[in-house]
Amino acid sequence: MDEVRLIEIREEILSDNTYLADEIRARLKTEKTLLMNLMASPGAGKTSLILRTIEHLKDSLSLGVIEADIDSMVDSEQVAAAGVEAVQLHTGGFCHLDAPMVLKGLEAFRPGSLDLIIIENVGNLVCPAEFDTGALLNVMILSVPEGDDKPLKYPLMFRVCDVLIVNKTDYLGLSDFDLSRLRERVLALNPRMKIFELSCRTGEGVAAWTTWLKDEVALFKGDSAAMMPDGPERPESIGT
Amino acid sequence: MHELPVTESILDIVVRHAQANGVRQVVAINLRVGEMSDLEDEWIQRYFDYLSRDTVAQGAKLRIERVPVVIRCTGCGQEYEVNVRAMGDSACPECRSSKGELISGREYYIKDMEVR
Repeated sequence: MDEVRLIEIREEILSDNTYLADEIRARLKTEKTLLMNLMASPGAGKTSLILRTIEHLKDSLSLGVIEADIDSMVDSEQVAAAGVEAVQLHTGGFCHLDAPMVLKGLEAFRPGSLDLIIIENVGNLVCPAEFDTGALLNVMILSVPEGDDKPLKYPLMFRVCDVLIVNKTDYLGLSDFDLSRLRERVLALNPRMKIFELSCRTGEGVAAWTTWLKDEVALFKGDSAAMMPDGPERPESIGT
Repeated sequence: MHELPVTESILDIVVRHAQANGVRQVVAINLRVGEMSDLEDEWIQRYFDYLSRDTVAQGAKLRIERVPVVIRCTGCGQEYEVNVRAMGDSACPECRSSKGELISGREYYIKDMEVR
């Protein structure tokens, strides 16, 4: 029998996805469209936040939404009813979106026609964190009923995001959720995380988030050839 | 559940290198995976066994080396390991600064493979 020999490989496992994600970022930079990836567990309020964001921004920005769902149309119907372009991707059982799927979703929009496209990723705090979608801005929601210990369980998600939205603040006081303990845990993992506290149900705190987002879009469009001064840099890619 | 696409990607890369090197059989594949990742070793192997049937990598053993999370303090330059899931304290042990950059822990890397 032949002897066993060693072959060096030295390759990133997800390099194909990362390469395509970089291409999406480059393309959208020239088209001046900011792509935002929204991630959270099921029921944290992804669709509610998108609807609130549309309500605040649709008069000043042209918006599009890419909805990922394992197999339903419920979310995209709600978004379309709110008056923005929406495309529904069925992930066919997959637990996350990757760059090829996002590229497919982008085909639904006329290039250069939108200021902001929001991806509603699959409800899950594990898998979406591993796959670069090509978004420039990664945003996650943690809702108060989920508890303030989530950074300990899903460190990667808290690490890869630029923004944390703490939703359902109207539930504070009904549980032992401790906002200052959460902040401490999050900032230890990710010192550059921008944190907004709001309630999509009552609307409290939503304006601070949408005003910030609108400013980020303006910065991006005004200077999309350069890095955003205070905004997100290129997301950390897998394996770096 | 994202073990499946990750495993597909591993198999693609391994088969490509095997063809380029005239390999008859892949015996083992050595991976480096950061502690921040949630991959389950057992599931990667199970998916791999399934996907690699009738390929040059059939029966190959996946060996996964876990890479610890290491932070470099932006204040004093000290490098230190952190257990992200316990996370009692992730501040710099030297200067107590909590600002640091991640220098390892997110690896997703195929190092090499043992072949015949």
